[in-house]
Amino acid sequence: MAKSAQRLGTVVGVNGNMVAVEFKEKVMQNEVAFVIVGEETLKAEVIRVKGNRADLQVFEDTSGVKIGNRVEFTNQLLSVELAPGLLGQIFDGLQNPLPQLAEQHGFFLKRGAYLYPLDKEKKWEFTPKVSVGDKLRAGDTIGIVKENMFDHRIMAPFDLQGEAEVKKIASAGQYTIVEVMAQLKTDNGKTLDQTMVQTWPVKIPIKAYTQKLKPVEPLVTKLRLIDTLCPVSIGGTFCTPGPFGAGKTVLQHLLSRHAEVDVVIVAACGERAGEVVEILEEFPELIDPKTNRSLMERTIIICNTSSMPVAARESSVYTAVTLAEYYRQMGLNVLLLADSTSRWAQAMREMSGRLEEIPGEEAFPAYLESRIASFYERAGLIQLRDGTQGSVTIGGAVSPAGGNFEEPVTQATLKVVGGFLGLSAARANARKYPSIDPLESWSKYTSFIDAEKIRLAVGMLQKSNSVGQMMKVVGEEGTSTAEFIDYLKGDFFDSVYLQQNAFDKTDEASPADRQKHVFGIVHEILVQEFDFEDKAKARRFFQELRQNFINWNSSAWGSDEFSSAEKQIREKMEASKLATV
Amino acid sequence: MQKVYSQIIQIAGDVITVEADDIGYKELAEVTTDKGSSLAQVIRLDSGKVSLQVLAGSRGVSTNDKVRFLKHPIQVSCSENLLGRIFTGGGDPRDNGPSLTDNMINIGGPSVNPSKRIVPKNMIRTGLPMIDIFNSLVESQKLPIFSIAGEPYNELLARIAMQAEVDMIILGGMGLKYDDYLFFRDTLEQHGSLSKSILFVHTASDPTVECLLVPDMCLAVAEQFALEGKRVLVLLTDMTNFADALKEIAITMEQIPSNRGYPGDLYSQLASRYEKAVDFEGAGSITLLAVTTMPGDDVTHPVPDNTGYITEGQFYLRGGRIEPFGSLSRLKQQVNDTTRADHRTIMDRMIQLFADYRETLEKRSMGFQMSDWDGKLLRYGKRFEEELMDLAVNIPLEQALDLGWSILADCFEPAETGIKDSLVKEFWPKEATAS
Repeated sequence: MAKSAQRLGTVVGVNGNMVAVEFKEKVMQNEVAFVIVGEETLKAEVIRVKGNRADLQVFEDTSGVKIGNRVEFTNQLLSVELAPGLLGQIFDGLQNPLPQLAEQHGFFLKRGAYLYPLDKEKKWEFTPKVSVGDKLRAGDTIGIVKENMFDHRIMAPFDLQGEAEVKKIASAGQYTIVEVMAQLKTDNGKTLDQTMVQTWPVKIPIKAYTQKLKPVEPLVTKLRLIDTLCPVSIGGTFCTPGPFGAGKTVLQHLLSRHAEVDVVIVAACGERAGEVVEILEEFPELIDPKTNRSLMERTIIICNTSSMPVAARESSVYTAVTLAEYYRQMGLNVLLLADSTSRWAQAMREMSGRLEEIPGEEAFPAYLESRIASFYERAGLIQLRDGTQGSVTIGGAVSPAGGNFEEPVTQATLKVVGGFLGLSAARANARKYPSIDPLESWSKYTSFIDAEKIRLAVGMLQKSNSVGQMMKVVGEEGTSTAEFIDYLKGDFFDSVYLQQNAFDKTDEASPADRQKHVFGIVHEILVQEFDFEDKAKARRFFQELRQNFINWNSSAWGSDEFSSAEKQIREKMEASKLATV
Repeated sequence: MQKVYSQIIQIAGDVITVEADDIGYKELAEVTTDKGSSLAQVIRLDSGKVSLQVLAGSRGVSTNDKVRFLKHPIQVSCSENLLGRIFTGGGDPRDNGPSLTDNMINIGGPSVNPSKRIVPKNMIRTGLPMIDIFNSLVESQKLPIFSIAGEPYNELLARIAMQAEVDMIILGGMGLKYDDYLFFRDTLEQHGSLSKSILFVHTASDPTVECLLVPDMCLAVAEQFALEGKRVLVLLTDMTNFADALKEIAITMEQIPSNRGYPGDLYSQLASRYEKAVDFEGAGSITLLAVTTMPGDDVTHPVPDNTGYITEGQFYLRGGRIEPFGSLSRLKQQVNDTTRADHRTIMDRMIQLFADYRETLEKRSMGFQMSDWDGKLLRYGKRFEEELMDLAVNIPLEQALDLGWSILADCFEPAETGIKDSLVKEFWPKEATAS
């Protein structure tokens, strides 16, 4: 931008990461500005304007900022760069590539160091999909490049209004992302030079689609408890609240590894850096069974951990969801996992406090609920103009203060999500994995397993639980054998089906077909009438059956071992029937 | 050369306000009063008004006292000369030694680039079986010690300081009783550990602002030594006092409190300190153990609660012992597979048997009859508590594992322990006097 055109301001106040700036001409709400401190330029965003004073939240440490420091306004909203080459990358909350920053600045994050997120030198194999004279609308495909295993669509600008005519189109060949691929002429006579890159403001949803559809198809997570009892739909939303130590992050890691989607975006928002490192070390080594390529090739990590600047934490979830929407526009199914949305809410609270806004509950700002709602509403299943469908599914971890689900962030989240997977410390302490509470959790989506059968299984679980509670008071001898058998059935269902062994290569992830098959037999056992002589015999029967199931769970789907384990279970069930006749 | 301002227009709490130009945010100033001088830090700029937090407190500051700006943020000297020395939270000597000014570094520096972090892989041996066997401490780990007033948490820290196999110890005391400070100093001195230690101590009677500086001072110095290749263990006590100091300052500054009076950024404030724990590839590391007392033994209190979300596990100190249930080192599986073949088995089985022992205790207290098996468990539990849980026990990991086997062998038959045969064959003591 030419210097003369630049709007300038002057710092008149500093309070934490909030800087007050006096300006002359105009400012735009949520405009990006740079505060110039000596050699360093600190990125900031306008968050409030009063008279000729604008309040900026600075995405960096503000030490050394002085009254009178120069501020440059950019006339742009906080935006991300969308182009081939995003997959497999690790960005901070402002889309700076972290490994590249490390190459330049070493161990520490240098204040005011920003890098272009994408490789401008790399050449991509472009295939045009339109011809000169074609009419395009926002989001229509101009051509494709191959990014890892996907056809990455190069699209007409998402904010294009009306139609545009293709005036020029690049021929098939190798291009970098900054070369002009097409020249478009809009309705109002403007000419656009379209490269592979689109710049999009993170806080505005991409809406270049014909309609939003109801999410109905189940998203297979390969975790039996989720897929069977509290399923998630493709294009749906869910949250995983839980106290510390209940296994939120472990659950998110497993979802990011096993979920049957095309692209996974992990937003590590205000959590431990060490946990991100585990993903970074693991994912390049792990192979996605569906595509036979490393998991990293379908993953993008947005990493703004707890000790990184708090304002950038606030923007990191928006950066993540914008990238998700971008890949959705290519007809792909994207899963966004945000860990943790509570830290994002806290970042809003910090800024709200600095702005001296009137606080709501627990000092969270009054707009907390609407912000959370509009974030989750960016999920969805959409139909594109060419008839294909794409989706963004959002799963947010919530870290409620004191493990109490009554707090504002959990409650605001529950209002807008379609699935509630509540993690329980009691289950985690008892080493029951996944530690989702099967009785408290719920989902509005439908499972791939027959709903009637699920209702029966849950009923058995509830009965078992209440008998278990009763036995704590009156002891085993105070319950009838029939009640005791119900107790054993529920316990059996929990331990062989709902729980999974995360250290067992096979049991760790259970595909949909296998779940249907195994649940069929579990259901048969749950409905079967048993007539045992005494409680000890009943207990022994279920203990043995459980051992059989555990062996069965760890044998590979479709293997000989699998069928022989199943045969053993069948025989055992038959034998128990004969005995009672 | 430097301009001196001598008109203080507001004094509230420990915060004074002067009108001055060309002042940077977080810059340091010197306030000179009749009674001496103190440092002060800029915490807010508003047009010409500069608000400063006086490190030594505002008591005795008069409106015409002199304020001289030093043009740099808070710094601390960092060199080999610090070893064996004791400083205040403000960085002044507390031990009658000379004050140090060589190699001044800024405190509260930037955070480590997450992509430069590595998965930790080295165990830190402490000689305490409850840590070494059951919840191994790992280099670069950050762990709180959750405890309540009256528990010997400072004794535990001192013991770890003396026994841990690291290159150096940096101890930060916040709101320490003077007796406790003397206890740390004398214990480290007697055991000859003072020469590899640096102490930053804020006692309960020192100005509150200095309390806030202690973790940053400790961690800035630790970071320098770690970059030079040292394996540094930072011990902090008590982080709840640090949080309370944050609360005090926030309220003075008229910030809106969020939960039980604590400021809304408590999580970020704690995290920016704890996240300094790191393993620098090709250099040293920082490991962090911090005592967090839980008011009313309530783990859902904002300080332990926020801490739990940040740290990689926790130790509970109850009844003078590290409690095996609830205590957790989230990183232990990174290291305990390479120590000795029986480590994980001993860890799991001994704890499960100890859980059975606790159940038996409960049954006994309710008046149930004790079976033979209960008798065995009672004997086992007692020996476990006395020989492994006691804080006075100081034995290397291998010896502790051997001791575990001999306790098991004295109390149980091999089959009763549920340990797989191959391990029993290799490790079960030959001259066991099993009953």
